[in-house]
Amino acid sequence: MLSTAVYIAFGLVSAALFLSFWRLLLGPSHPDRILALDTLYVNTVALLVLLGIHLRSNLYFEAALLIAMIGFVGTVALSKFLTRGDIIE
Amino acid sequence: MLELFLSLLILVGAGFVFIGSFGLLRLRDFYGRLHAPTKATTLGVGSLLVASAVFFSHQDDGLSLHEILVTLFLFITAPVGAHLMAKAALHLRLQSLAKPPSDDLLDGATCPAQETSESPLADEPGMNSSTK
Repeated sequence: MLSTAVYIAFGLVSAALFLSFWRLLLGPSHPDRILALDTLYVNTVALLVLLGIHLRSNLYFEAALLIAMIGFVGTVALSKFLTRGDIIE
Repeated sequence: MLELFLSLLILVGAGFVFIGSFGLLRLRDFYGRLHAPTKATTLGVGSLLVASAVFFSHQDDGLSLHEILVTLFLFITAPVGAHLMAKAALHLRLQSLAKPPSDDLLDGATCPAQETSESPLADEPGMNSSTK
């Protein structure tokens, strides 16, 4: 039953990645694209956690933690660049 | 029993992640789109991470706390990122579909946007506080 749930969750999260990527291509303004990139990295963290459950391996949490941290720094840097025209003042 | 609980957590988490991205695609303006990924997706990923923590705590016969770390980090950083993106959108003066508040709400108070109604920017609500 757990493996069935994990397979369904793989499908749902992959569909979510596809929808976010569609917004990244479509997005009419720059903040829309930043928001789509933000959603993409959070979805990637979800996909890595699901892969860790599926393979019964502990290895993937470091990767998920790294993606979460670097993705947040990327969001902050892009938003700061749009707001101030500069990242580090 | 534990397997049922874990399956439920995983399905609910994946459903919330999907709803977040669906809202990101379907909602109509940026300020509406900001809601879906920063709330629904964060809750979904939190649910998935709790499921993973329970799963590995059961499998390895020890408390597994990496996932709680990732959950905590995401729950702290999601509002900060949303705040910064909203500030960037306000700075770029993106159009909102929401109607401006009616004059009845002002109730005789002087609105700084109405005093300088000659400038073209005063017609837009919430735009009179641009910080340069």
